[in-house]
Amino acid sequence: MAVLVDKNSKVIVQGFTGSEGTFHAQQMIEYGTNVVGGVTPGKGGQQHLDRPVFNTVKEAVEKAGANTSIIFVPPPFAADAIMEAADAGIKVIVCITEGIPVKDMIAAKEYIKGKDLTLIGPNCPGVITPGQAKVGIMPGFVFKQGKIGIVSKSGTLTYEAADQIVKAGMGISTAIGIGGDPIIGTPTKYAVEMLMNDPETEAIVMIGEIGGSYEADAARWIKETGNKKPVVGFIAGQTAPPGRRMGHAGAIVGGHDDTAAAKMKIMSECGVHVVESPAEIGAKMLEVLSAKAK
Amino acid sequence: MNIHEYQAKSILKSFGVAVQEGIVATTPDEAHKAALALKEQFGSDFVVVKAQIHAGGRGKGTIEGKDQRGVAVAKNADKAKEIASNILGGTLVTIQTGPKGKLVSKVLVAQDVYYPGASEPKEYYMSVMLDRSQSKNIIVYSTEGGMDIEHVAEHTPHLIHKETIDPRVGLQPFQARKIAFNLGCEGEAFKQMVKFVTALYTAYDRSDSAMFEINPVLKTSDQKIIAVDGKVSIDDNALYRHADYEAMRDVAEEDPTEVEASKHNLNFVKLDGNVGCMVNGAGLAMATMDIIKLSGGDPANFLDVGGSANATTVEAGFRIILQDPNVKAILINIFGGIVRCDRVAQGVVDAYNSIGNIPVPIIVRLQGTNAEQAKKLIDESGLKVYSAIVLKEAAELVQKAVDGKL
Repeated sequence: MAVLVDKNSKVIVQGFTGSEGTFHAQQMIEYGTNVVGGVTPGKGGQQHLDRPVFNTVKEAVEKAGANTSIIFVPPPFAADAIMEAADAGIKVIVCITEGIPVKDMIAAKEYIKGKDLTLIGPNCPGVITPGQAKVGIMPGFVFKQGKIGIVSKSGTLTYEAADQIVKAGMGISTAIGIGGDPIIGTPTKYAVEMLMNDPETEAIVMIGEIGGSYEADAARWIKETGNKKPVVGFIAGQTAPPGRRMGHAGAIVGGHDDTAAAKMKIMSECGVHVVESPAEIGAKMLEVLSAKAK
Repeated sequence: MNIHEYQAKSILKSFGVAVQEGIVATTPDEAHKAALALKEQFGSDFVVVKAQIHAGGRGKGTIEGKDQRGVAVAKNADKAKEIASNILGGTLVTIQTGPKGKLVSKVLVAQDVYYPGASEPKEYYMSVMLDRSQSKNIIVYSTEGGMDIEHVAEHTPHLIHKETIDPRVGLQPFQARKIAFNLGCEGEAFKQMVKFVTALYTAYDRSDSAMFEINPVLKTSDQKIIAVDGKVSIDDNALYRHADYEAMRDVAEEDPTEVEASKHNLNFVKLDGNVGCMVNGAGLAMATMDIIKLSGGDPANFLDVGGSANATTVEAGFRIILQDPNVKAILINIFGGIVRCDRVAQGVVDAYNSIGNIPVPIIVRLQGTNAEQAKKLIDESGLKVYSAIVLKEAAELVQKAVDGKL
């Protein structure tokens, strides 16, 4: 078990022959991910990285049995790529692309509503189930196999958390980079829910940042459902000034409720083990788990 | 991307939204001419002179060293010229600009819309924005226009209404009618408000805006509905579709170091602290700022160098951070994944040598691919650069630097 991706995932790369798509497809193949092909409209029938290129996602599903897709398509065409994957029956769509116009994402999110699929991202590092599948751009070697699930809006901060967990002697079940845009397919709560229901996951690291209410929603859900597994939490941006966009399109403090302090307070009140410093994530998890073991 | 009021109104007008008309002036003489032209067009001697800066609170703000508000009514063209000469070239300090204020280089000379007539003029509030929790756009509106909407939200939340727009069909006529009814509009004003709301949403949608705030929307004494002010923010990610809006960017309104950083493709936000930082990834960059704070310092900036931390980007980053005389130390925090740490370390050493004598201690934390080689490279460089692998070590070094012990 694991969530979202595992060794049975049949992965295609949308934007396969572009430079980003090529580089990361290669990395994923080296990691051992079952990449069954890719899609680049107009290049169907060619071979790329010893795998077939298809003109459409539909074709990739029919001919290569793809059920998972990772998108490296440039921002102007990325929302369309999401909808194409959804229409073709892909079950897990991971969109790496950063910089998709909000208007396009409103349409894409509405389009996939009610369909039996999960969209991760956009503007995310992807999903990794160590030892089974890497459907993303993260450095695979950092993620050692284990029982801690990670949910995070940020890429490098996910790697940081995974590294601390591993250095503290634990490992990762699945790490889900949900993305830093204002509109994403899988808000924190839903990603946490998957890990709560995953028998392979013993505890969860939940990393958020300023802006929006996803972390607060997740924290309340964790409390309502009885704090079934310990959760260590961190919110980046305690020092971010209001009204300024901090890199990620969604990382902007708009009111009183979406500051780091406000989110951390709600998380604490809901029983999440909140760390003030991002350097304490690994140590805190170890402490929480050893206290639980006693 | 934020734009000026006069630019916002030109966008609104292009989609049929009725606005308070005006003419931009950069000199007092132009303001005089503009006032006369408006008199010709609308028949009134009265005009309003409005400072054009990217910040709110202009009406209550004052020009530094002068008894002059940022928005003022002039009873004739001569008076408009006098007000414009007070405002232009002055520094306007408002609640939103901070004590430094902002230099004013343009004024909008606008028609007087509060003229007397059959009924009293009435102000409303209206904005259009993304509701992140629904992933849909909403129109927020209130009968309490012309005042600080946060104040209204806090004290009389029942006076703020929200209308969610279904992305599949867009704003529907019944929704525009509901808004007009809830605002208490009747007769001709009702018809005008429906038209206004419909045009406003069309403008928001077609212009790829991230936010519209019209405060106030005015019902004039003769039942017209017009936008008296206009705050428009365009979605940066959609600017490639709107070259004409991109041309509206006013770099004078932005921090000069931020403008320079954007030329190097660096994501930089200037802050007021004493410890500079350079990080790969936005989340880790924010987390690094938090570490600086927890170590007793204050972050001097946000800087995400992205996925390509090489000698060129590191050098550009150094130069931008060092422009700030308050910076007492710099923390570089790179989690190497695809990026190899030894390459980044070499970049730091090369950039250091290229710049020459950097007067503040540099703390470099490199973790991930080839972290050990990177640390060795830094340690053996003979430069005043301190290396760390674990984040906690880096935090301790920052603390020492802040205390002057490094």
